[in-house]
Amino acid sequence: MANVVKQERVGLGWPVTHSLASPLTRRTNIGDGLFRGVTALFAFAILAALGSIIFVLTWESWGSITTFGWSFLTGSTWDPVFKQFGAMPFIYGTLVSSFLALLQAVPLSIGTAVFLSELSPNWLRNPVSFLVELLATIPSVVYGLWAIFVLVPFVRNYAEPGLAATLGFLPFFQGPPYGVGMLAASMILAVMIVPYITSVTHEVLRAVPADQREAALALGATKWETIRVAVLPYGRTGIIGAVMLGLGRAIGETMAVTMVIGNRSDISLSLFAPANTMASVIANEFSEATYDLYVQALVEIGLVLLLVTVVINVLARLLVWSVAAPGGRKA
Amino acid sequence: MSMTYTRRRLFNLFAQTVAGLCTMAVLLPLVLIFGYLMTKGVSSLNVAFFTQLPKPVGEPGGGMANAIVGTLTLIGLACTLGLPIGVLAGVFLADQGHSRLGSAVRFCADVLTGVPSIVIGIYAYTLIVLPTHSFSAYAGGFALGVIMLPIVTRTTEEMVRLVPSTLREAALALGVPAWRTTVWVVLRTARGGIITGIMLAIARVSGETAPLLFTAFGNQFWHHGLTGPISSLPAQIYTYAISPFEDWHRQAWAGALVLLILISLTSLAVRLLTRGRMRAAI
Repeated sequence: MANVVKQERVGLGWPVTHSLASPLTRRTNIGDGLFRGVTALFAFAILAALGSIIFVLTWESWGSITTFGWSFLTGSTWDPVFKQFGAMPFIYGTLVSSFLALLQAVPLSIGTAVFLSELSPNWLRNPVSFLVELLATIPSVVYGLWAIFVLVPFVRNYAEPGLAATLGFLPFFQGPPYGVGMLAASMILAVMIVPYITSVTHEVLRAVPADQREAALALGATKWETIRVAVLPYGRTGIIGAVMLGLGRAIGETMAVTMVIGNRSDISLSLFAPANTMASVIANEFSEATYDLYVQALVEIGLVLLLVTVVINVLARLLVWSVAAPGGRKA
Repeated sequence: MSMTYTRRRLFNLFAQTVAGLCTMAVLLPLVLIFGYLMTKGVSSLNVAFFTQLPKPVGEPGGGMANAIVGTLTLIGLACTLGLPIGVLAGVFLADQGHSRLGSAVRFCADVLTGVPSIVIGIYAYTLIVLPTHSFSAYAGGFALGVIMLPIVTRTTEEMVRLVPSTLREAALALGVPAWRTTVWVVLRTARGGIITGIMLAIARVSGETAPLLFTAFGNQFWHHGLTGPISSLPAQIYTYAISPFEDWHRQAWAGALVLLILISLTSLAVRLLTRGRMRAAI
């Protein structure tokens, strides 16, 4: 391992040109310093970008932060006409739609990742993981288009009446079947986050040492028992990280959700009812916001969204890194 | 004993079938989406789609020529910002990644990848649209450039790390200064991989809609210069998809098909060029 580190330091980081520097090479050291300075400056630009995003959003929403304080997060009235801004309906909408999306996506993703890493014949593995990754490249707006014209009619005509008939005694499955609403939004979100959770989980499972499997198999475990007692527990931390990465995606997802969630700023227990998320309200109202406080309130929602996704992503990265180190090297 | 063994084997079979079914369920939406895009998109595609401006409501025909040019313009602007910074920052990470600044930059790049694109849109709006009092191609390109930045940085880092250190040592042993070694030997060797990373980033941002809503804004006509609103394929698809007009819906399907073909070709090329070396980039 020490050897690897040393090899990687060859290049600008290795002090050989300095320690062996004769007067002849002094001129080139200036070039080295300059080049290192320039690349460091550009690297620093990334730090600056993240820092300035947080700063700019705080600055721009300061008017709203000082006017409403914490009641901005707890208030449930969003009424631009009377200058009443409470973000609760959107926070609720984001949490519920993301949670429902995870509920649908996580079992499917883990099943697919298990299939890819443990069960699939070799010839099938690459094509299937390519197709799963292809899902991640479809733009959000195309998912939204498809959802409007295919998923929403399906939800309105089959899924919602079906759920109302079987589980209608629960408050979540009551009310008229609009099609657009929380249920449709969570379904398209689930489709969109599946590729992320699957490919990270696949990566994590691949990092499980073969000894783990062999030990279980040697004790007479079946393939499924091996997966259950040896593979999944070993990768648990990383799988939780993968799920959180998916959660981060779901929370920030904008276009497809905006197109099918129905855009109503009320809190309703029913999953059939139209709703709004933090991202969708910004997408819908930002360019129509007519006065400063309105814009500031929307930017504050953006700030909340940013902070939530940053925290989730940081936690997720730490969890995934603890199992499968970045760069394909296994920890 | 044998009873339980049979039961265990049956359950094993059951669990494996469930995993297989999960995989099919995951791929089903992909098949459906491509199927609908093919049937609905192809029938709406024609020459006019690529050569004409959008027609006003009620007039049949028209196309998205301005949106296609707009998307290419925005990607060009995004590359102008994202590529130099991203590639050089990636070189820095590969060379000095162990330093404190290196870890901080890598960490920030990963966090930046997870920032919702609509938040980047607000950022570009505040920095560019507000001071200039106008939606503009610059603002849209800036937003897309910021989104590209961490992707280009991380893929460049991965690709530069793949260059065997013996190549560097050979150059250094010949007395080539370290910075020229990096530029002429290391970057040259990693060029293919870096270009693939760039294509990946382009594929990612070319479908972005949310950050363009209030930066590039959209435009039903040809744009005049880069300081005014500009149309883009994703924004045009969005406008048409949520409109109540049958004819516009057809255009939206055609636009989505064109966009998806562009993106799929790019990612297929990436896949073939790297053969799975680019996993870390997603």
